[in-house]
Amino acid sequence: MVTTLKPVEAVIVGFGWTGAILAQQLCDAGLEVVALERGPWRDTSTDFATGFAQDELRYMWRHHLFQNVSDDTLTIRNNVNQTALPMRHLGSFLLGTGVGSGGVHWNGQIWRFLPSDFLTKSHNEQRYGKKSVTDYDLTVQDWGVTYDELEPFYNQFDVLCGTSGKAGNLNGQIQPGGNPFEGSRSAEYPTPPMPQTYGPTLFGKAAAELGRHPFPHPTGNLSQPYVNNLGAQLGACTYCGFCEKFGCGNYSKASPQTTVLPYVMAKSNFTLRTESEVLKVELSPDRKHATGVSYVNSAGEEFFQPASIVILSSYVLQNVRLLLLSGIGTPYDPKTGLGVVGKNYAYQTMSSVNVFFDDKLINPFIGAGALATVVDDFNGDNFDHSGLGFIGGAYIAGMVTGGRPIEMIYTPQGTPAWGMAWKHAAAKNYLRSFSLSVHGSCMSHRGNYLDLDPTYRDIHGRPMLRMTFDFTDNEHKMSDYLTDRAGEIAKAMNPREIKLNRRTGSWNVVPYQTTHNTGGAIMGDSPANSVVNKYLQSWDVPNVFSMGAGAFPQNAGYNPTATLAALAYHSAQAIIQQYLKNPGPLVQA
Amino acid sequence: MDKPIPGRRRFLISTAVVAGTGLAGALGAKIHDGELGAPPRTYKGGVPWTEGQADAPPGVSGTDFKFFTPAERVFIEAAVSRLIPNDEVGPGALEANVPFFLDRQLAGPFGRGDHYYLGGPWPKGTPEQGYQSRFSPAQLYRAAIAAIDKYTRANFNGADFAKLSDDDRDKLLKSMESGSLQLEDGVDAKTFFTMLLQNTKEGYFSDPIYGGNKDMAAWKMIGFPGAHYDYREWVTRHGEPVPFPPVGFKGRPGWNGET
Repeated sequence: MVTTLKPVEAVIVGFGWTGAILAQQLCDAGLEVVALERGPWRDTSTDFATGFAQDELRYMWRHHLFQNVSDDTLTIRNNVNQTALPMRHLGSFLLGTGVGSGGVHWNGQIWRFLPSDFLTKSHNEQRYGKKSVTDYDLTVQDWGVTYDELEPFYNQFDVLCGTSGKAGNLNGQIQPGGNPFEGSRSAEYPTPPMPQTYGPTLFGKAAAELGRHPFPHPTGNLSQPYVNNLGAQLGACTYCGFCEKFGCGNYSKASPQTTVLPYVMAKSNFTLRTESEVLKVELSPDRKHATGVSYVNSAGEEFFQPASIVILSSYVLQNVRLLLLSGIGTPYDPKTGLGVVGKNYAYQTMSSVNVFFDDKLINPFIGAGALATVVDDFNGDNFDHSGLGFIGGAYIAGMVTGGRPIEMIYTPQGTPAWGMAWKHAAAKNYLRSFSLSVHGSCMSHRGNYLDLDPTYRDIHGRPMLRMTFDFTDNEHKMSDYLTDRAGEIAKAMNPREIKLNRRTGSWNVVPYQTTHNTGGAIMGDSPANSVVNKYLQSWDVPNVFSMGAGAFPQNAGYNPTATLAALAYHSAQAIIQQYLKNPGPLVQA
Repeated sequence: MDKPIPGRRRFLISTAVVAGTGLAGALGAKIHDGELGAPPRTYKGGVPWTEGQADAPPGVSGTDFKFFTPAERVFIEAAVSRLIPNDEVGPGALEANVPFFLDRQLAGPFGRGDHYYLGGPWPKGTPEQGYQSRFSPAQLYRAAIAAIDKYTRANFNGADFAKLSDDDRDKLLKSMESGSLQLEDGVDAKTFFTMLLQNTKEGYFSDPIYGGNKDMAAWKMIGFPGAHYDYREWVTRHGEPVPFPPVGFKGRPGWNGET
């Protein structure tokens, strides 16, 4: 039996970063809001207090805060000629669940995409010719929104988080100490950059000697205490080294818990229901209007929650699956290239370089999720790609997020993975090594997409999502070029030796890479090429808004969170200022 | 617009409303531990917080073996002592109590595959598709140990794996690592080796509350200070040795008058 609940003005599906932001914005506008979260409640003092937060086994390897895939996962394959099989264990990406979701166990790396990143097709076409965006069957698109339009909303997220950093471009003026390649910022970071440990400092010095432009990584691991615009208080980071993949016990990492929840949970017009999994968005008979959502809770009780506005703010993969299961928009067909839902799934192209010293104590256990010195000289279109055979790029970071010994012991080239030689190499190198991270873009490709699996089903009987993905030659060439640039900096640090960990072969689900899945519910300027408009509003069902990195038409060489947060604020403003007055399409098709 | 309220614990008002689900009695029982099945809740009016509740780590107790049979224990000791051998540089896996760690892991949620999707069908996948066995980790260990002993008895004059020389054990482990060793009874040697090596390193380097990393000797060997909380004064002291001995969740010898 399905119980029909009292109608609300907005229902929010998934309560991580974008769900929390939308809840706060819509509640402040006076709407009656209900959020549905499939996982449990989580708060700092109960769930990851400092007395037990630094537990590598439990959080990283036993997935204590991550999505439990035992009753619902997705299927994966590299191309349409393979049979997709279930991702039976988390690896390549570590999906979130529960209140705060990935916002609890992210690094806190707060990046803005470059102005040219929003114009991937037109910008590259204009500079490098039409072929540059169609080679390798690329299907890159412009976003339908510009950096300038999003800038105030990027700023809003910085103010919320208290982001620590140094502006490199303030109102069009290049600033010493920051990233000279970034888009113009309207304000300095709310808090100064983190002081850097030894490894990142050595990296910055070597990079500068090579003529690169190093700067401190912008971070949501705060350099000093901060009170945000909602009255939430954050503490200064203590560099405990258990940040990404872990919850912060110290209220030092910006998360929904530390920035939004104390405020929004107290709003009288807000209700949160946990352990409540939305199965479907329900549509009117003409399928042009959503009437609400159906959900089932962990007690097995089924509900229909009527709502005037449906905000899909679950993770990329769940959002796309809900669109497909609900019949919102036309599914993408890789054979014809027609249809849009599931189109342009993309990822992040990662590689690294390990650096080994004899004479320098790096002390890698002094770390934080975004503790790094970075160069952005080879990201996006910050460099001339003529003759290189690829578009896109990466930032290169001399980064020390921690020295957690099960995950982060680096051994020199040729060291076996076990035995006496491995043990001796671990003992010798642990304190004297660290890693340069090459964080690369991933362009969209005709054969990379998301749809529903024909075989595997979840415990509710719904088809699992099927992911078809592999890196293309564009990504392999980009990654090789960038890994070589990182290698140059590594050598300039005068270590005993280095090890290049190139991105080779097909995408593999086993080794951890990043939880930066993008696309599938992409934004654009027309229903022919996108699922949502520039306000993340469904072209097909205009009272459905789809948040998150699913809107990215391809992925840039940066961490996605600030961009998806800016898009959420941009969407919220349009809902409040335009949609509520005149419900209907905000952009005419 | 409501007046913003300050965050943090001062405002952690316990106003959780338990939905009428028949599971309301679960309030106050063990809170969500990363597994499935926590009761549904409705929250309204503030950040919920319940006095006296913390999602503290489970830890282990006892010294007996709960999962491995005596014969399996002999196999595991013979295997992990080759994966991480003992010498003066640092402890071996045996000296770090890794077999006991493995036993407790396999007897618990990890062994049951609580975070694995094990539903069918189960065709053999590509290497890129990762773990595709129908076995939970505990089932895989049990089946693999039997299959490896079966193999060595057939190929080494009836000897179990544990009776082989160090060199022969290393050779067999290498052939499992490379995937060249073919085992019977549906066991993929490489899949088992990958899991055994990973779990061995987990037992060697995880907090001692889980039963391995005895005396934090593996942390001492590499110089990791453990669950240390605050390094602020060391951030800009570049290249200086950090003198803290390792600390675990239960402190360290010397605390509370212990030696």
